[in-house]
Amino acid sequence: MMDNSATFKFDGSIEGLLSAVFDSYYLKIYPQVLTREVAGSSLFDDDIYTVITDPMKAGRVWRALERRVSKRVLEVMVTSFLVETTDGNVALFRYIRSILDSRENVESDFSNHDAVNVLGNCRRVRGEAHRLLQFARFQKAADGTYFALMEPRYDVLPMCVEHFVDRFSDSSFVIYDRKRNYGFHYDGSDVRKMKFMHDNEHVLGGGLSDSCMDSDERFYQQLWRTYFQAIAIKERINPRKQRQDMPCRFWPFLTEMQ
Amino acid sequence: MLTNYCKYDCAYCINRRSNDIPRATLSVSEVVSVTMEFYRRNYIEGLFLSSGVVRDPDYTMERMVRIAKDLREKYKFNGYIHLKSIPGASRELVNAAGRYADRMSVNVEIPSEAKLKYLAPEKDHASVYRPMGFIKQGVLENREDRKRMVHVPRFVPAGQSTQMIVGASDDTDRTILTLSSALYSMPTMRRVYYSGYVAVNSYDSRLPALKQPPLVREHRLYQADWLMRFYKFRADEITDGGSPNLDLDIDPKMAWALRHPEQFPVDVNKAPYEMILRVPGIGVRSAMLILNARKFRKLNEEHLRKIGVVVKRAKYFLTCGELSIHNLREARPDVVRRQLTFDFGNDG
Ligand code: SF4
Repeated sequence: MMDNSATFKFDGSIEGLLSAVFDSYYLKIYPQVLTREVAGSSLFDDDIYTVITDPMKAGRVWRALERRVSKRVLEVMVTSFLVETTDGNVALFRYIRSILDSRENVESDFSNHDAVNVLGNCRRVRGEAHRLLQFARFQKAADGTYFALMEPRYDVLPMCVEHFVDRFSDSSFVIYDRKRNYGFHYDGSDVRKMKFMHDNEHVLGGGLSDSCMDSDERFYQQLWRTYFQAIAIKERINPRKQRQDMPCRFWPFLTEMQ
Repeated sequence: MLTNYCKYDCAYCINRRSNDIPRATLSVSEVVSVTMEFYRRNYIEGLFLSSGVVRDPDYTMERMVRIAKDLREKYKFNGYIHLKSIPGASRELVNAAGRYADRMSVNVEIPSEAKLKYLAPEKDHASVYRPMGFIKQGVLENREDRKRMVHVPRFVPAGQSTQMIVGASDDTDRTILTLSSALYSMPTMRRVYYSGYVAVNSYDSRLPALKQPPLVREHRLYQADWLMRFYKFRADEITDGGSPNLDLDIDPKMAWALRHPEQFPVDVNKAPYEMILRVPGIGVRSAMLILNARKFRKLNEEHLRKIGVVVKRAKYFLTCGELSIHNLREARPDVVRRQLTFDFGNDG
């Protein structure tokens, strides 16, 4: 029999996590660990319970939460989920349980460690989304489409697309997550999720190949680099601050750092 | 920047007429097209539009307005436009600019008027405060209009800002902060920027010869500014020490706390928000979290740490639960000060 030190395994989706919450009530088990399903591991491990994602169960937990906490907190929870770490999943799971277990509204009880962790994770994800908005660099292709390649730490592309749709209004763009191998294409009116073949040369090469570039692209890249160097005030350059504001991991995609 | 040509002669400015530097002027359409190309590529979030004075203030201002207007109307530019109004520009042009700009600024540059006139003979405070007043009035009127009607275009929705140069004149921090606080009493003033003076020439003896811009002082002023905006400090509290200038070794919040041991320790489980905010090592966010969390239980040191309080600094100034960790009256202010400057160096 499973005891309260059990491990739950779920499919890594938010619905999966909510289903796990449902099951934990149903089975009267409070799991200590909640892991994402690892391909190839045995399904019949003794104290690992595999959660089957069920939209019905997830929906019930979600509606229960909607009654208990504000919209803002729901948003924090969903965002924090994107850190995709076991600790993050566990904290979120426990936070949800503590909300559902308690009679009062405990959403703002920040002496609760899980609440603090969930809030921290949410802030981390939002920070990454913000950096993506800042550091995506688009290149113009010969057909007029603008193309940006990124490797964000968390899966934040969906949070960012709207912003760029706003920016481009009537011209088209592609923004692509190389790490997760998918992206979004906007054609001037609609956004669609898309996937390149794994050997796409633009993705492998870290940007558009010369033959596909708009004829003015190199000119504007050079102009930007010149401008970027010109506005840096010699007396004020502070390499530590620069690395803080513009982490090295973005540099390969930054026009001004090449 | 539209042009670095300028017919004025402000001593502290690299673009002053008597500096011998190469001058370049961009046309309205050049600025517009480069801005759009940079914006599409996400190189820039917006445009900071400023210019030296060509011919006269209105002539220059008119060209800046045209840039902003073309970007918005012809190219559907959604980015941020910060338009630095030319001192002495007319009300009509300031109002026109306000329809396209998110933020506008008129820089005070030199805190006291006498020093401004001395260093920048073509300027006086009226040439700065008058356009500031136009912007304020425009924003307030627009707010009223928007309450009554639906389709009123926005007017400088992000308010206005200004800048003071630090270290080009001998104005004290007290003068600077008192002026800032007066500026913040304008309902539309969002930010005052402080810019450490960077030497721009070696021939003008009205200016101090600085090897380095006063970056630490600038940093302390920003911290003091922050205290006024978010921590409910008044300018005269921040500089109520013996000297009219800020202490460069420790941050102004810590400095105030050390000058006022009678206000501490603060009981985190009981004290009002305003006092919690005054504890060094507790920020606005932690203070809010403390207020929320203490409704549920008595907070101890571990809770504070989790909430994000820098216990290392805060411990001298607070009590929580049963333990008053180290309090300031037992550990004398000068000892604490030495301890903290030793621990944290210049980083505040
Ligand atoms: S008016 Fe402006 S640009 Fe011209 S010299 Fe003075 S500060 Fe410089």
